[in-house]
Amino acid sequence: MADDGCGETIRDLEKFLDNELSDDARSQIQEHLDGCVDCLQAFDFQAELRAVIRLKCRNDEIPPGLLAKIERCFDTDFDGDGIIG
Amino acid sequence: MASSDTFAEQAMGYAPQLYSAALRMTRNQADAEDLVQETYLRGYRGFHTFQQGTNLRAWLFRILTNAFINTYRAKQRRPVETELADVEDLYLYRRVGSLETSAAGLSAEEQFFDLFTDDEVKQALEDLPENFRLPVILADVEGFSYKEIAEMLDIPIGTVMSRLHRGRKAMQRALYDFAEARGLVEHTPDPVPDG
Repeated sequence: MADDGCGETIRDLEKFLDNELSDDARSQIQEHLDGCVDCLQAFDFQAELRAVIRLKCRNDEIPPGLLAKIERCFDTDFDGDGIIG
Repeated sequence: MASSDTFAEQAMGYAPQLYSAALRMTRNQADAEDLVQETYLRGYRGFHTFQQGTNLRAWLFRILTNAFINTYRAKQRRPVETELADVEDLYLYRRVGSLETSAAGLSAEEQFFDLFTDDEVKQALEDLPENFRLPVILADVEGFSYKEIAEMLDIPIGTVMSRLHRGRKAMQRALYDFAEARGLVEHTPDPVPDG
C-alpha cells in the first residue's frame, strides 16, 4: 500500500459505498478496483456486510394492531378543539 | 388542509420501516410502538407543511428521529453522548478475510455473514451509544445521504461522517466478539499498539 493508490482507495471506501463521491472520484476508485484484487476484496466484504446489516435490521414484524391504532389517530380529536388530530 | 385519506394513503406504507428503525432506536417494543404512533400523529398534524413532490419518506424519518430525541431519549438509561474505544479500520475484514484457511466451510464471506443470527446483528447495532447508533441506522439500514442525516440530527456533515466511521467499526468489533464467543472464529488477540 505505498504509492499505488490503495491507501487512497481504502480511505474513500465508505464514501464510495455511501454513494457520496463525485462521478470523477467514483470512476477513479472503480478503475483502481478493476486492477487491484486486494482492494476489491475489501470493498466486496464491506458491501456484503452493509447488505447483511440492512437485511437483518429491517425485517421486524410490525405488531398486530399497530396499524389500526395509527389509523384511529386520524379520526380522533385529541385536544378537543373540534379539529381531528 | 390535507385530508386524512391523503396522508394515510401516502404515509402508511412506510410503517414497517419506521417501526424497525424505532425498535433499533428505543430497543423495546412498547416504546417503539408509541414512537411510531407519535410519528404518524405529528405527521398528520403537520402534513399541510409537507411539500408535495419532495421526499415523504425522509420527512417521516425526520419526524421519527426528532420524536425519539425529544421524547424517548430521557427514558434511556445510558448516557447520550458516549465515546467509543478506538477500533482499527476494516476491523472485521482484517480478521476474517483469511478465514478460508482457518475454518472449513467459511470460504465465502456470504457464508460467514450467514452465520450471524438476525438478533446478533440487531444487538450489535443497538449496543452502539445513541450518538453513533442514530447515524448508522439512518445510513446503513435506511440508506439516507450524509446531507439528509445531518439535517435530521441537526449536526454538521463532517460529524455525520466521523460518527458513521466510528460507529461502523464498533459494530464490526461487536460482531466479531459474537463470532468468537460462539467459536465461529479462533481468538485473535488485538495487535499491540506501537510504542
